[in-house]
Amino acid sequence: MNTLDPRIKRLSLEPSAEVEKTNSHLITYEVFHQEKRGKHVTHVGVVHASNPEMALVMAKEVFGRRGKTTNLWVVKTSDVYTFGSDDEDMFETTPEKTFRDPAYYKVRDKIEKFQSKQKV
Amino acid sequence: MYGSTNLSEEDAKRMNTTVEDPEKLEAFESRIARGEKIEPQDWMPVEYRKQLIRMIEQHAHSEIVGALPEGTWITRAPNFRRKLALIAKVQDEIGHGQLLYSAAETLGKTREEMLNDLLNGKSKYSNVFNYPAKTWADIAVIGFLVDGAAIVNQVINSKGSYGPYCRALERICYEESFHLKQGHDNVVYLATGTKHQRAILQDAINRWYVPLLHFFGPPDKMSAHSEKLMKWKVKLASNDDMRNQFLDQYVPKIWELDITFPDPNLKKNNDGIWEFSDPDWNEFKKVINGGGPCNAERIAVRKFAEEAGRWVRQALMNPTEKYVVPLA
Repeated sequence: MNTLDPRIKRLSLEPSAEVEKTNSHLITYEVFHQEKRGKHVTHVGVVHASNPEMALVMAKEVFGRRGKTTNLWVVKTSDVYTFGSDDEDMFETTPEKTFRDPAYYKVRDKIEKFQSKQKV
Repeated sequence: MYGSTNLSEEDAKRMNTTVEDPEKLEAFESRIARGEKIEPQDWMPVEYRKQLIRMIEQHAHSEIVGALPEGTWITRAPNFRRKLALIAKVQDEIGHGQLLYSAAETLGKTREEMLNDLLNGKSKYSNVFNYPAKTWADIAVIGFLVDGAAIVNQVINSKGSYGPYCRALERICYEESFHLKQGHDNVVYLATGTKHQRAILQDAINRWYVPLLHFFGPPDKMSAHSEKLMKWKVKLASNDDMRNQFLDQYVPKIWELDITFPDPNLKKNNDGIWEFSDPDWNEFKKVINGGGPCNAERIAVRKFAEEAGRWVRQALMNPTEKYVVPLA
């Protein structure tokens, strides 16, 4: 093969149309990353691996190359349970529950009204 | 490095004929119109899924194949610092390929199916990687201008509607900003160096100019359009707009070094639009269809890697594991 790369020249590859198909494939692991001690561990992506140890090695290469990392978690995709996206509406009423919200409780007006009444 | 949103004529036709459940389609489209992302478990039109797989897969292949011309120069980098930076960049590109294969996989096509399709020629990758890296200056130009072009494309695509693709692109753009900076550093080093260093840089720019114009795909007047892909935020900017943005950002950065582009008609008009000689689009088609200077080599190398590593993957395979589509 006509190539500028000395390493490829040494392989003496021949172009051919025949490609044996790969049919079996590795399972995936969901990867979680913790940037700093004390911070949340957050989902960052997926790696393919044959076992959890290899998944950690791959996760380190793909998600731990830059910046800070204190730890990585990997979980088999098939072991993660989630709500279906059809169930999204079950969270719709949550923002309406204002009694759970500290901003709902406003007392200053009442105090001022009370104080001005006292002065009279 | 690259996500092509160009439709084939056939696909463009099918986009307008596939019938979807009107109620679900409306909910889907209004979600996108509100600026929300689509996640893998959501209902989506058949054509949305298909075009995204094609586009993300092509992008993933481009990352993997794109590492080959640069990888060539790792053993011949001019010094240790440049060698470290180049190894890091090449590793990044392969990592980006992995992120993108996983993003495409959430849509239901396995990574192995994609790799098979790359090797049997069924799926494409960016044309720009079918040209040789003849000298070290090519590595400088690839790092600065090819990555610069890719970043224009990727920043735009990261505003798209498909969650996993956007998340992968955000990470990729962040990492590619290092590629760009080290590429610029390398270009400036050569441009401010000896006569010979300037000469190999000029030669590399001369050879990469047309492939860079080709990078963004055929002119809008020549390419098949789909309003739907725009509406669904799969395609976010036209080829001509992206090409213009690239020229606007990068041509001045080459000119200020007193290096030229091999096109006497290259200039910015008063309205902010760049003018240039129309590159040979027949060459573009020829390279896409396998006739470029390095197509055969790229696929042969990829195939060698696939076959040489097969026994390792097979030895690791656990047949009792049940495969499920990745979540996000």
